[in-house]
Amino acid sequence: MFLALGRLCTRGSRAKFLKTIYASKILGLSTSAKMSSKLKNAKRIEGLDKNVWIEFTKLAADPSVVNLGQGLPDISPPNYVKEELSKVAAIDSLNQYTRGFGHPSLVKALSCLYEKFYQNRINPDKEILVTVGAYGSLFNAIQGLIDEGDEVIVIVPFYDCYEPMVRMAGATPVFIPLRAKPVDGKKWSSSDWTLDPEELASKFNSKTKAIILNTPHNPLGKVFTNSELQVIADLCIKYDTLCISDEVYEWLVYTGNKHLKIATFPGMWERTVTIGSAGKTFSVTGWKEALAQAFWIDIKRMDDPECYFNSLPKELEVKRDRMVRLLESVGLTPIVPDGGYFIIADVSLLDADFSDMKDSSEPYDYKFVKWMTKNKKLSAIPVSAFCNAETKSQFEKFVRFCFIKKDSTLDAAEAIIKAWKRQAS
Amino acid sequence: MAKRLPARRLDGIDHNPWVEFGKLASEADVVNLGQGFPDFPPPDFAVEAFQHAVSRDFMLNQYTKAFGYPPLTKILASFFGKFLGQVIDPLKNVLVTVGAYGALFTAFQALVDVGDEVIIIEPFFDCYEPMTLMAGGRPVFVSLKPCPTQDGELDSSSNWQLDPTELASKFTSRTKALILNTPNNPLGKVFSRAELELVASLCQQHDVVCITDEVYQWLVYDGYQHISIAAILFGLGTSLPGMWERTLTVGSAGKTFSVTGWKVGWVLGPDSLLKHLRTVHQNSVYHCPTQGQAAVAQCFEQEQMLFGQPSSYFAQLPQAIQHNRDHMIRSLQSVGLRPVIPQGSYFLITDISDFKSKMPDLPGAADEPYDRRFVKWMIKNKGLVAIPVSVFYSVPHRKLFDHYIRFCFMKDESTLQAMDQKLQMWKDELRP
Repeated sequence: MFLALGRLCTRGSRAKFLKTIYASKILGLSTSAKMSSKLKNAKRIEGLDKNVWIEFTKLAADPSVVNLGQGLPDISPPNYVKEELSKVAAIDSLNQYTRGFGHPSLVKALSCLYEKFYQNRINPDKEILVTVGAYGSLFNAIQGLIDEGDEVIVIVPFYDCYEPMVRMAGATPVFIPLRAKPVDGKKWSSSDWTLDPEELASKFNSKTKAIILNTPHNPLGKVFTNSELQVIADLCIKYDTLCISDEVYEWLVYTGNKHLKIATFPGMWERTVTIGSAGKTFSVTGWKEALAQAFWIDIKRMDDPECYFNSLPKELEVKRDRMVRLLESVGLTPIVPDGGYFIIADVSLLDADFSDMKDSSEPYDYKFVKWMTKNKKLSAIPVSAFCNAETKSQFEKFVRFCFIKKDSTLDAAEAIIKAWKRQAS
Repeated sequence: MAKRLPARRLDGIDHNPWVEFGKLASEADVVNLGQGFPDFPPPDFAVEAFQHAVSRDFMLNQYTKAFGYPPLTKILASFFGKFLGQVIDPLKNVLVTVGAYGALFTAFQALVDVGDEVIIIEPFFDCYEPMTLMAGGRPVFVSLKPCPTQDGELDSSSNWQLDPTELASKFTSRTKALILNTPNNPLGKVFSRAELELVASLCQQHDVVCITDEVYQWLVYDGYQHISIAAILFGLGTSLPGMWERTLTVGSAGKTFSVTGWKVGWVLGPDSLLKHLRTVHQNSVYHCPTQGQAAVAQCFEQEQMLFGQPSSYFAQLPQAIQHNRDHMIRSLQSVGLRPVIPQGSYFLITDISDFKSKMPDLPGAADEPYDRRFVKWMIKNKGLVAIPVSVFYSVPHRKLFDHYIRFCFMKDESTLQAMDQKLQMWKDELRP
């Protein structure tokens, strides 16, 4: 139907050509039926559209609900951090593009900071990449290094994005659960949850491209020990595997625990990508951007109790302990976290009544959270959201609470929990 | 590590011209007319908006809604609804991204499958090709070609056109998307309504998604009009759906408010397409920084009130930049460069054919296109940085378009004066 019009340089000829195309359409080459066939998603995102945060933040958006769900500080970041961003906003050139792989003063600050922990120097231009949040780091690492057909080991429970990101890269996640071995007489702690070394070794094979490690761990708060990291390191070296280490909560470690970086273990630097987050470091999750100046302020005073890297975990440890007492007082069995700003608790002893809830096929903890949000005006996140299909049942009695919240929020949570306790007795 | 490290999706896409030319431009004493960013301050209202965003509500330091800070998605929906002739729902039809780059990446990842064909109009903003390849797609190129000009007359971007037959021949049953850029980088072409209707009818006929990169939509000169292809309806009195149903419109706060470092962009489109972009977004960056979005929202709220008035930034900016463009056009001609007058964008390209015939043997690699070698020579010897236009062409076509270089005129008056000084020295050296 197309006339061979040759090169057209005038409007008139083009208009004539357009009429020809329209004519052929009107003759019945209806495309509306075809519309559904091509205007659809690429296969890489098939099945990845559901997201626990979208679902649960909607529920918690009711202003009368005390939100201990999403890991969002409602405390103010330190003043000097806010001031730095303010100052930066007034500098003209900083309103334009910077170096693609990271603003020079930020990568320099990061290399200075982290060189304190590594034996080697860190080249700010080649060994640091600034990304859009730690989420962006994870995405880039996985897209850059993981191929279709690769296997990636994921420790359960896992921060929920690891699974869809691995699948989007066409790879297969291979899950291994942390297993609890509570010690008699001792309060249940995140350190009681461990990987079975033999079980872990059985997950590695020649197709294993990477293992994703998260320490301190979300949602458990586990801080992996030297010997635990050594087991992982040994396997990575034996199977020539990468380690993607998500260390966003690295500064939030409580008394008696130390954050260790697997990249510092022998043989690991060349096979490890270590991920950090300014949002979690400086309580500014919404920034997802450079904070060079704020880093310098704290780098210079790392031994000072005033340094945010020291003062924040102290502040949070108090909040953690308060949450532990609160949860215990109402019959929930919390697992005391060694790090991070979340605490999980076994809610099954509360024996909540879900008979009026519609979707009975959902895991227990999903039902519990929805019930608690609606009836107690307190929100949290179900831990089975951090599990793959097969392990959901192992974790469905657990619910995750976030405690990086201001005192008035925790007061409100306390009031709800106390009222709950009174009702129950 | 002994195992093959990088994923196969990265094959062939690791080279980036900006890294290469960025390095060269950081030499001392050059006037940088290469990369497209303003070297003058953003408007006061933008700087103030950002300062508000970082000093008022402290909760703006934390995560906002994943798909966009609500006041921003709301204002984008109401502002652009008018231009696209659509009722735009802030939750379903708007996605905020990390710059327009982020919007493009998200769109390609969401919709382009392995083996899909993507039509790319040349010259093209360089990232379209690697983004297509990274999604496993196959780029199919079609070139804008200049019609012959009258002797002594300067070429214009409006003169560069697509051959409709050639364009139509590029569509196959495997064509998933066509990427359009208007105003075009590097040429500065502003596609006319007739040209958009041509593209639209082919997309409609072949059931193809149109991704339209409109970051320079406010930078249009000489009374030309930017038209969004998403607003095109088909035929009077027919029941054919319009282009909205199959178009993703990409925008940029960086280019709109001269704040490229804020990295706030967006996509507007039907829910049926955007839901897939949301899936990619929630599995890649999930949230965009809050404060930049709050600042952009405030900027749009201001512009919405002033729209159509002479004091509107959208009126003042193109007027001011048109002066820059005209200044640059006059200056470049003084050394025998032949600029192509752009209808829009931050850029113009200049024909360097005369130099190619007078000094064909400039230093460079064996098969390095002439324009690259010319740019390197010009940076080293004349202290002016530009970008070789062959960077914006597919590899097989680079030899056909190796006689143009691109200059950015989105620069401060002092930069243009420094350019004039360099050009004066060059001119003096040309005299026998």
